[in-house]
Amino acid sequence: MNQALYAQLLVGLINGSFYALLSLGLAVIFGMLSIINFAHGALYMMGAFVAYFLLNLLGLNYWWALLLSPLAVGCFGTLLERTMLHRLAGLDHLYGLLLTFGFALIIQGVFQNYFGSSGLPYAIPLLLQGGFNLGFMYLPTYRAWVVLFSLLTCLATWFLIERTKLGAYLRAATENPVMVRAFGINVPLMLTLTYGFGVALAAVAGVLSAPINQVRPLMGADIVIVVFAVVVIGGMGSIMGSIITGFSLGIVEGLTKYFYPEASNTVVFVLMVLVLLLKPAGLTGRTA
Amino acid sequence: MTAIADIPAQAPVRSLGSETTAFLLMTAMLLLLPLTGIYPYFVMQALCFALFACAFNLLIGFGGLLSFGHAMFLGTAGYVTAHVVKEWHFVPELGIVTGAAAAGVLALVTGLVAIRRQGIYFAMITLALSQLLYFVFLQTPFTHGEDGIQGVPAGRMFGLLDLENPITLYYVVVVIFIGGFVLIHRAVNSPFGEVLKSIRENEPRATSLGYITDHYKLLAFVLSGTLAGLAGAMKVFVAQNASLTDVHWTMSGEVVLMTLVGGLGTMFGPVVGAFVIVAMQQYLAGFGQWVTVIQGLIFVVGVLSFRRGVVGEFAALLRLNL
Repeated sequence: MNQALYAQLLVGLINGSFYALLSLGLAVIFGMLSIINFAHGALYMMGAFVAYFLLNLLGLNYWWALLLSPLAVGCFGTLLERTMLHRLAGLDHLYGLLLTFGFALIIQGVFQNYFGSSGLPYAIPLLLQGGFNLGFMYLPTYRAWVVLFSLLTCLATWFLIERTKLGAYLRAATENPVMVRAFGINVPLMLTLTYGFGVALAAVAGVLSAPINQVRPLMGADIVIVVFAVVVIGGMGSIMGSIITGFSLGIVEGLTKYFYPEASNTVVFVLMVLVLLLKPAGLTGRTA
Repeated sequence: MTAIADIPAQAPVRSLGSETTAFLLMTAMLLLLPLTGIYPYFVMQALCFALFACAFNLLIGFGGLLSFGHAMFLGTAGYVTAHVVKEWHFVPELGIVTGAAAAGVLALVTGLVAIRRQGIYFAMITLALSQLLYFVFLQTPFTHGEDGIQGVPAGRMFGLLDLENPITLYYVVVVIFIGGFVLIHRAVNSPFGEVLKSIRENEPRATSLGYITDHYKLLAFVLSGTLAGLAGAMKVFVAQNASLTDVHWTMSGEVVLMTLVGGLGTMFGPVVGAFVIVAMQQYLAGFGQWVTVIQGLIFVVGVLSFRRGVVGEFAALLRLNL
């Protein structure tokens, strides 16, 4: 064991945090709306950009961004759902994928026009600068914070959906929306808010990622495909499944970067193939 | 639940009359085009994409399978053809066959993995597999990474046809395209095609009728991948290079766009769609990234209110079968 290995493990854990937050948002949206949100990567990027704008245009710091950016992107998401996505109800699920793919192209294209493809720096907030010496490695505070905060967000989401009354309504509406509607619950509103919430989770990941990966228009374009592979591996059967799969795959990727760097870009996809061959429904999938 | 590409399935009468007329019209236009003085390069490029889109449409339009990684067949065939022609000095016809065969083998392997899941999962798996391949091609030496395989010699097809000559090359491309198109038409209108359509409409029912649906889906996937590969191999001679853009997932998105614009599940839709999108890219090239935005807008409008596509709407309006 040495420094480089720990460093790669940490990178893996951080990427895993993003994978978990993003696949969790996808799972929440998929559960209620049966839509694979292809725009997820673009909205993750928007989350980072909103943080950048808040800082540079309004002078609002990181902490405000962590609160306001998911809120803003979430509102944008509800708008998309209300004006367009909800019209696809009853159509083949593939149309949802195509529509959100269109959203992704538009959002990414607009940002590329104004910001090119290069990265904009976003400073680590004062409170989280520096790091600890753990004896065997140096742990930058901000990186520890990212892992901790995303873990907490994931667990809070899990609690909300699996352990609260609101979550029970959500799960019931996933099973039988007509019945839940008959009980006087506004299911369309719930769908809209669910999309907004899933999108807000992507924005949280975006804000967390801004100080580490810089703010780039294409930052979400490639990560979203890896997240899709994560989703296929996990199977989107359960909320906890997405969280665990997300973190684990990040770590696997980090380890690969240390032991066999050539394969680090492809390891998640290779794992996906293996899982599909052995367990087509995914690791936590409910249906084949 | 309304299945994807449901609308053409409700076309009034199943007659091949309008299809034959449209086919003859298309062939005549393509054959006579060089006489008009239009620069053939644009049309050749569009024809490569048209064949690519027709192959893609065979899966989505007739089998209900949305492959979001079809660029891997286009790109792989392109790399293989370019490599065997440039480095191993294969004659063009053999180069094209080798490229298409490589794509076919790839389709067999990826198809075996991808058909294990359905619907959106199928789309995500094909996308992930194509991204896997993208990274492989980025790293293997024979593709020359970001540079791609440049300056592929055109050579003489069958020892007779000089592909350096744009008009000769043009007719070769037209013949290959028509060949691929006719093959797809035959496949769609064969008993195999009928089973494929029944799988699109209701897979459990097809299974209960005794069809091993996975075999049909895999066969369709291989056929589609091979023909997409044929398009990629042909494209090498038109562009004289093979590059990473053809394997990137944005290319997979573009072929979806072409098919959606033209009309999912129609015979001629992908051809029209390919011409529209290639022309758009050509003429809007000066707008930079706004082209992406426009493509996104077309996606949104197409999915929300134009699901039949240009050809589908036209056919529905005139009650034709296209």
